[in-house]
Parts: sequence; C-alpha cells; structure tokens
Amino acid sequence: MNKYELRVMVLTGGLLSIFLFALLYNTFSRKIDVPTCVPYTGAFKKPHIKKVDNLTYEVYSVAHMWAFEPNEITIPAGSTIDLYLTSSDVVHGYNIVLKGINLMAVPGGVSKTKITFNDAGIYRVVCHEYCGSGHQYMMGKIIVTDK
Amino acid sequence: MNISKSYKTVILIGLFMPMTLFILGVYNGIMQTIYRAGVIHQTSVGGINYYQGLTMHGVINAIVLTTFFAVVFGHVTVSHYLKKEPPKLTYQISMILMIGGTLMDAAAMLRGTAQALYTFYAPLKDSADFYIGTALLIIGSWLAFFGWVKIWFEWRKENPDKKMPLAVLGTFVNFSMWVISSIPVAYETLVILTPWSLGWTNTINVPLTRMLFWMFGHPLVYFWLLPAYIAYYTILPKVAGGKLYSSNAGRLAFLLFLILSTPVGVHHQFSEPVFEAGTKLWVTILTFGVAIPSFMTAFTVGASLEYAGRKRGSRGLFGWMIKLPYFQQDNYLFGYFICGLILFIFGGVSGIVNASYALNQMVHNTGWVPGHFHMTVAGPVLLVILGMSLYIYSSVSGKVLRFKSFAVIVPYLWLIGVALLSHGLMAGGLMGEPRRTNLGLSYTNPDSPLFNKHWIISTTTTMIGGFIMGVASLIYFIVFFATAFSKATQVPQIILPESEDLHEEKPIALLLNMKPWIIASIVMVMFTYVPALISVFKYSKPVHNKYQTQSPENMNK
Repeated sequence: MNKYELRVMVLTGGLLSIFLFALLYNTFSRKIDVPTCVPYTGAFKKPHIKKVDNLTYEVYSVAHMWAFEPNEITIPAGSTIDLYLTSSDVVHGYNIVLKGINLMAVPGGVSKTKITFNDAGIYRVVCHEYCGSGHQYMMGKIIVTDK
Repeated sequence: MNISKSYKTVILIGLFMPMTLFILGVYNGIMQTIYRAGVIHQTSVGGINYYQGLTMHGVINAIVLTTFFAVVFGHVTVSHYLKKEPPKLTYQISMILMIGGTLMDAAAMLRGTAQALYTFYAPLKDSADFYIGTALLIIGSWLAFFGWVKIWFEWRKENPDKKMPLAVLGTFVNFSMWVISSIPVAYETLVILTPWSLGWTNTINVPLTRMLFWMFGHPLVYFWLLPAYIAYYTILPKVAGGKLYSSNAGRLAFLLFLILSTPVGVHHQFSEPVFEAGTKLWVTILTFGVAIPSFMTAFTVGASLEYAGRKRGSRGLFGWMIKLPYFQQDNYLFGYFICGLILFIFGGVSGIVNASYALNQMVHNTGWVPGHFHMTVAGPVLLVILGMSLYIYSSVSGKVLRFKSFAVIVPYLWLIGVALLSHGLMAGGLMGEPRRTNLGLSYTNPDSPLFNKHWIISTTTTMIGGFIMGVASLIYFIVFFATAFSKATQVPQIILPESEDLHEEKPIALLLNMKPWIIASIVMVMFTYVPALISVFKYSKPVHNKYQTQSPENMNK
C-alpha cells in the first residue's frame, strides 16, 4: 500500500469517527431513545390508559390484525406518554408519522418508549410492518388538544 | 480454458433458469409501484395479490437470482483462475438441489400458500414446502463451494509458490461467510418453522426467530454484493483499459467483510423490544466498521479508473472521468459496472444513515429502506449480474451476443430508473410512507378516510422510475434470450477479463491466510450474539400464535 492509500484510509476512518461522534452526541444530548427492554408478561396484552397526572400518561397499547387498541388517544398538549407496546397476534409496526417514534410490536415481547407532545394536532400512527391482508388499513390516532 | 459438457450445462442452466423467473420478479416489481401510486385501488391484478407479488419480487430477485449468480460466477471465476473443473458430483448435485428448492418456492408462491414476504416473519405462516425449498436452495449453494475447496487444495499442492488469486480469495471469503451465516437460518426454517407450520409444534418464540433471520439477513446482502466487488477489483480495471491500483487493498477489504458482515444483523432490529441499548450501540459501531472496506473499494476502484482515463489521454483533475469507455458495443460490460458504482455511492451513504441507531428511528420500515437498498441490490449487484450473465452465457455457450447496441443502453436506462424510484421511496419514507404496504387501497386512495395527499408525489415518482426500470429490463430480456436461443458458432470456453496489478506489491502473510480471519469472524459472531441471545430469552416469552395472512383467527384455537 502506498502513501495515497494510507492517507485515504486515515481519511475514511476520520470521516466515520466524525459521523459516529455526531450520532452519539445528538443521541445523548437530545435524549433520543431507542426502545428500551422490559421483561414480557401476559399482563401487557390488556390495552388501557393510566393517567398519572394531568400531563403524564401510561399507555398500554396492543396491536392486532388490523387495529391498535386503544385506537384513539386524546391528551392535552405538553403531555408525556410512557408507551408500552405489544401484539396479541403477529408482528406489527408503530410509526408516529413525522414524530420520529418508531417501534415494533412483537408478540411475546414489549417495546417501551417515552414521548412528549408539545404541539396540538392529530398525529397518525401507521402500522409499517406487513401483518396480513388488512395491513394497509391499520392506522391509529393520537389527538393532542390545546391546553 | 475448455470446458466439459456437463459443466457447461450446469453453468448455462444456472444462468437461464433464474433469468426466466426474473421476468416474474420484474413484473411484480413494476406492479407494486402502480398499486402504491394509487393508480389502481385493488387487492389483486391478474390473480396475484399485492403481497403475493411482493413475496415473489423479493424471493426471486433477492434470493434466487442472486444465489444462482453467486454460484455460477464462482464456478467461472474459480475454474478460470485455477484452470480446473470442480468434481462433477458436487456441481451437479448442487444445481439439482438449488433448482428443486427454487421450484418448490415458486410453486408455493404462485399457489398463494407463501405470501409472508421474503423475511417470512412468524407467526404469519407459510406452507412447509416454502421453508424447505428455501433451505434446499441454500444447502445446494454450499455444495458448489465444497467442490471449489477441493480443487483449491489440489492447485495449491501443484503451485506452492503462487499466491491465492484475488478473485478466488473473494469467492472463498464470500462463501465462508455464507456458510457461517446460513446456519442460523437453516436452523430457523428446518428446526423451528417447518414443524410449526406442519402443526407438530404450536408455540413459537417470535423474537428468537427474528434474531436468527437477521443473523442471516444482513450477511445475505454482502453475499449479493461480493461477486460485484470481485468483478470491480479483477475485471473492471481491465475493461476500463487500466490496471488494478492495489490488490493488497482488495485482499484486506474482502477479509474485513469476513469478520464484520455477520455480527451486524441486529442493526435491522433497532426498533425492537428485546435487545438492550448497549447491544444496539455496539452493532452501530460494527456497522460503521463494515463501511471501511467499502470506502477502501471506492478508493481503489476509483484510482484504477483514473489510471485508465489518464492512459486514454485525459488531462486535468477530472478529465479522466470523461475519457472512460462509456458507450462501446465491444465493451458493454463497462457500462454495467460504472452505473452500478454510481448508484452505490448513494446506496452506501444512505446505508450509514440506517446504521446510525438514532437516525434509524426516522426511517425504520418506511419507504426510505427500499429506497436505500434498490441503490445497492438493484444497483451494483444487479447490474453486475446482468452484465456478467451476458458475458458468461455467450462465452460458455459459444454463442455470439445479439443486439449489442441494446446491451449497451440497458445500464444507463436502469440507472435513471433506479435514481427516480429510490428518490421517490426515500422522500416518501421521510414523510412516513410505510414500506411493504398496498397504499392504493387506503393511503393513496382519495376516497379513503386514511388518504394522505403528501404521499401522491413521492409514490408517483417511484412509479415513473419503476416504468423506466421495466423498459430497461425488457430490452435486456430481448438481448439475453435472443442470444440464448441463437446457434453456437464458437468454441465454448471459460474466460474472464483479467486485470493486472499496477504496482508489484510485497506479499503480506496475514492477507494470504484465511484461517485467522475465519476464527476472528466466529469470535466476533459469538461476542455479539451470545449477549443478544441471552437478552432474547430474558425479555421475551414464546407465544401460542399461528396465523394465515388472510384472517385474524388464531389457527391454534
């Protein structure tokens, strides 16, 4: 290998290091979460919403062919949701469009994430994992009302 | 070199059969873009429903065509460089298993009993013959490799002073990785899914099957890619009119793939519950690592092309780019290679986005992902397959290539098509457009309450790209089949363009011995997957689920 090649390898390594640093810096400084691990129990298969206080909710969401339950959630702007997601049948997806929340609903496992909604509006939740012939109709809503 | 009749038959069938199925794969690809753009609001067209077509598109294009090509290209490469044919029994049984497996898969998909897509995610159930067929196809490809290993040891005994040729090293790295990584999927299909599909077992650990699939699923993409890399290192410099800048760099790149390609599978599962954040971060770092051999390849191939351009009399810093042999009938391979490389720049960069585990939150399972991988698998991978299939078919059969001017246009048309298709998919993906979804029934249907007008422009762009790719394929099929059905006029032979090295390089012992790299590869797999496996069992439970795609009724009840 000659000097040009070595230079290019150093440059490549440097470039990738910069990418990695930018990624980690943003992940930690802005607290971008990947789904965390919670041990699975059958209790997660019961869909419900728990209101902790006015602006804090726990949502236990269950995906099934071909809807989410609860399918519509209404909360005031500024609320934070702890979302626990599982599936009662096959694998589903849970993508809150334009919100950067992206989870898989896997039977026998539970995905957990924390979401804060500062702006009022209707957020669409699209199932983005193929789950059978009704997959394209599987959409839920999160309605965020003005305070 | 001359070629025996049986070897010739196996090579030609290995090109002809998947290319015939590829017609069906292409058709279903185009149809998807039409459904998605909301031009039709139907569940099926011509008896094939959207998801059945999507399954065919994925299985035929990404597993059948690519595996057959890797085997045939391996036969030609290994035999060309070692001047030997592998034992007849290995290549014949290998081809029989692969064809048998493929026919089982094709029958299941056409009947509609396999439409859980090419990832066959349980608890959606495919019929058992689909799982067995897929396993046979893979096991058949192993047998071909074992034949090459045998002639390699013979060759080494006869030529103790020679280095392993770069193309042979690349092929062996590719198939070693393939054997290692297809063990988990063979286990998944044969031990877990087949008995479950037949009703002998009823519970299934879904996160476990997903982990096993992706342990195979990511190395699979390198298995597609490495034949293209072999061609870029050992053929492209020659057809461009230059020399290979550094073959040691090529060796290092291949060996790095051997270590890094299998442990990165978890990066397909960043959005899933059962893996801890530490595992996800570790796999992000490994995936950045696997970008290094690709960057090295970009540099080495780029430098080789610059040398070729300068030899052709170019001036200035970028003049060499213009002087390359773009539209030459007698050198049609160059177009296929260069168009693949151009697409791969964007495919690679978008791959780094996917690998970054926080950015992946924006794009996971959206149209962005097929946008990315159509610039890899439908970029360099497919274009090298198409170009080299013409070259190998015509030299091994002794038939002269027909419609050469058509063959020259195909890659450029394809390049434009993929660029539009991927742009549409990626733009849509950033707006949340889901992949693998018959959008025309809901999200791109103005009469549906789910209608989303923002996804019309992106899906329409995708469709235009799909049409252009369809036209390119049609032209290609004319060339391929007209050649295949013409009369042989020349002596059949195995021959490949061979690039020379630009510099005389000192042999580096570590780059000539695959053993330490194979051991390192197994260590890396353990280091990543043992913790992953532990967390699968810690955080998940098996479920009593089994479903058919058409009905929300649990078959276990």
